Amino acid sequence: MVEQQVAFWYLSVVAVGLGGGVLILRNPVHAALALVGVIFHVAGLFVVLGNGFLAAVQVIVYAGGIVVLFLFTLMMLDLRALPTERTLHRQLWLALPLGVVLAIEAVFISAGAPAVNSDLRGAFNAAAVADFGGSTQALARVLFNEYLLPFEVASVLLLAAAIGAIVLARRLDEAPPRPARGARRAGSSTGLGDSTGPDAPADAPAKAPVS
Amino acid sequence: MRDVLPWLIPAFPLAAFALNGTFGRRLRRFAGAISTLGIVLSFACAVVLALDAGDARAPTLYQWVASNDFIVTIGFRVDPLAAVMLLTVTGISAVISLFAQGYMGHDAAQPRFFTWIPLFVFSMVMLVASDNLLELFIFWEMVGVCSYLLIGYWHERRSANFAATKAFIVNRVGDFGFASGVILAFLEFGSLRYSDIFAQLGGPQTDARMVTAIALLLFVGAMGKSAQFPLHVWLPDAMEGPTPVSALIHAATMVTAGVYLVARMGPLYSAAPEALIVVAAVGVFTAFLAATIALVQTDVKRVLAYSTVSQLGLMFLALGAGAYTVAIFHLVTHAFFKALLFLGSGSVIHALDGEQDMRRMGGLRPKLPVTYATFLIGSLALAAIFPFAGFWSKDEILAGAYLKAVADPGPALLADHGARIFWLYYAAGLVVSVLTAFYTFRMVLLTFHGQPRDVALHTHAHEAPVVMAAPLGALAVGALGAGAILGVPPENGLLHRFLEEVPGVLHLAGAGDPPTAVLAAISMAVALTGIALAYVAYQRRMDLAGRARRLLPGAQTFLEKKWYMDHLGDGLLVLLAKGAAYAAWGFDAKVVDGLVNLAGTLTRQLSGQLRRAQTGRLQNYALLVVVGLVLTVGGLMVFR
Amino acid sequence: MSLNAFLVVGALLFSLGAAGVLIRRNLIVLLMCIELMLNGANLTLAAFGAYLDDMRGAALVVFALTVAAAEVAVGLAILVALSRVYPVVNVDELDQLRG
Repeated sequence: MVEQQVAFWYLSVVAVGLGGGVLILRNPVHAALALVGVIFHVAGLFVVLGNGFLAAVQVIVYAGGIVVLFLFTLMMLDLRALPTERTLHRQLWLALPLGVVLAIEAVFISAGAPAVNSDLRGAFNAAAVADFGGSTQALARVLFNEYLLPFEVASVLLLAAAIGAIVLARRLDEAPPRPARGARRAGSSTGLGDSTGPDAPADAPAKAPVS
Repeated sequence: MRDVLPWLIPAFPLAAFALNGTFGRRLRRFAGAISTLGIVLSFACAVVLALDAGDARAPTLYQWVASNDFIVTIGFRVDPLAAVMLLTVTGISAVISLFAQGYMGHDAAQPRFFTWIPLFVFSMVMLVASDNLLELFIFWEMVGVCSYLLIGYWHERRSANFAATKAFIVNRVGDFGFASGVILAFLEFGSLRYSDIFAQLGGPQTDARMVTAIALLLFVGAMGKSAQFPLHVWLPDAMEGPTPVSALIHAATMVTAGVYLVARMGPLYSAAPEALIVVAAVGVFTAFLAATIALVQTDVKRVLAYSTVSQLGLMFLALGAGAYTVAIFHLVTHAFFKALLFLGSGSVIHALDGEQDMRRMGGLRPKLPVTYATFLIGSLALAAIFPFAGFWSKDEILAGAYLKAVADPGPALLADHGARIFWLYYAAGLVVSVLTAFYTFRMVLLTFHGQPRDVALHTHAHEAPVVMAAPLGALAVGALGAGAILGVPPENGLLHRFLEEVPGVLHLAGAGDPPTAVLAAISMAVALTGIALAYVAYQRRMDLAGRARRLLPGAQTFLEKKWYMDHLGDGLLVLLAKGAAYAAWGFDAKVVDGLVNLAGTLTRQLSGQLRRAQTGRLQNYALLVVVGLVLTVGGLMVFR
Repeated sequence: MSLNAFLVVGALLFSLGAAGVLIRRNLIVLLMCIELMLNGANLTLAAFGAYLDDMRGAALVVFALTVAAAEVAVGLAILVALSRVYPVVNVDELDQLRG
């Protein structure tokens, strides 16, 4: 359909163009904005592919979450502290041609991929999806049956990432104060200090024989 | 009885060795008596055997090696030649052992001495009585060991240790030739028994060149053991050992083993005339060399040592001329008078509390009459003056050389084979006679005549005790009469007839022209000249020596430095060995270690270069990842 | 629209991202380029899923998105921590692991 083609071409060209922008733009905020553009246009491509749910999720998570994170961080750090990059640095000379070669290879492969083999087709053609009641339901069917375990693991992953981010980014001098040593030992009747055992202070280092 | 006898001869000394070796500590002075007793018993058996040795007995002890074609037995071959050697060895050994009881009387470790002496006698007896080359070689080595032990008897002395080692090593060089000869002999003849070898000589199967090669190689061994040039260097140094040792081993018995070897292998040598010429050449040259060096020696024992080397050379000259019997004859007479001279010098040394330098002697005749008398007899014998023993044997040697030169038409074996050179040998022999007489009487005059040069020593000198004087007397009798008894008439004496049946033992047939008497007269004249010269130089005009030195300045040094042999040996062998050692060390340290170190260095360098890729920078690593990706994908694209 | 067209777009986005990772010095922009790569991958996944009538493509996209989010969070946390040490977060200076 013509609309599809037009949409595809527009979305593709702009997405790639904005991608180039991320690559080139000096100011990180500009780069972030370019990234947002890419995300939106990719979401559009998802729509062209017929999966509205994906497009929605893409916008919500990527544009609404990830890029926002980027912008938060950018704002948090002192902009003047960001380096002015030396445009022509050593690795550029190697990396640029390499990137071009990579691009050529990738495009070559992609363009030359053979037509889709009918044997490989799955069960979710357009009619089946409609039967389910839309792409979301169809996706849910697969997600909660076949990929249930990875789904749960993904949630744990997010939890870990959240905790990790907190731990990594905290200020060290904000650590809770440790109780003084003497206070802990008040309850011990023996004169022995750093004993190991169930009653030993938790912050006492394990004494290992050291020569 | 007959079959037991050959075993008894070595058994007695072996028993003495075992006894003294085990109980020596407790026996102390008694050990000497045991040694002498053992040897005397052995001698008695040898006498009985000799009287009976008409038929060559060959009892076999046991079979040692029996592997396919290679059979080695330990057995005896007791024929007249062996009998003569046995008598000489045991007889002289007995006398010397008795002498040593007195000489070594003060030595605290004498049991050790009297352990090795009978061991030596045992080994020598077995050597002489063996019936195959390998057995001979084994005991050849054994006597070498005993020589080492006895030379280095006073092992607290560094010089003694060096001398013992030198003797053993030089002998080893000779042994290398010997062993090679034995191997070739086995390859050629398939057996090492004398009888087997002799049977095959001259047959169609034998290769004449191999025979000559074997003969020469065995002679190399003889050169080592009998101290012929250039393997003579150990004998003078062997004088570090006690005098009885010098007398026994390095004059009368062990050094004669080489002569015995050639005589024993007579048929072999007769079949290899070229070898005989070499033998004679080496012998006569050694005789001359040693005689010249003896002229300038100041140590009385050294004079005798070089004299021994010289006389051995004459024996080899006789062998080379084909007169094997004559060589054995001289071996026997030489054993008598050389042992006598050594023991006499031992008596002198004992009298002077260990002094050996003739320059500090002099005028000892009135103090040591018995020693002097016997010593004089020995000297006359050595100088080959009629009617003493040496005259008969040495004269026959020279006659042999002369006759060979004249190419006496005798048995085919003596026929001309480059015999002309024997003229030179004969002339050289005469020169050696002069020199021999000269240095011998130089020794006598310096030691016993004239004014005492060290008065203190002279005053304390005392004559030898009976235990030492008796052997001297016994030997003197031998030195006097042995020649006459054994060798008269010339070419047909007792000894010659006794040895007639021994295979290959030759003596010259009859006298050609000029008659023997003329040759004898020439020998005598020559010897007397030598004595006269010595008398003049050392009794009358004492300045002659000095004048001679001024006339020929280099000569004295040349002789004193033993013809620079030591320097040659040093330069050649020692430097060679050291050079090789340093080269090998250098190779090991530089090349081998170098390679190993190189491996380490290379690794370090390589890693040093490779670690430059570890920049620690994220983007560099990412770059490498992408590069890998591009290459892999590209590769797949191209090759799929 | 043929599948290949989508694939090409995905490939281009990926390559641009990869080049950016290699080229940019600013750590934040580096992270953005990584996101760009992920987008390209997601697009490829979705395209295959759509053309093969297989929902698993979309499922994987969901997971990829999840991981991307987690990764960005942690990455930015690291960056924040770094910025307290270095006044200027220049990738080239982070070389303490050099061997």
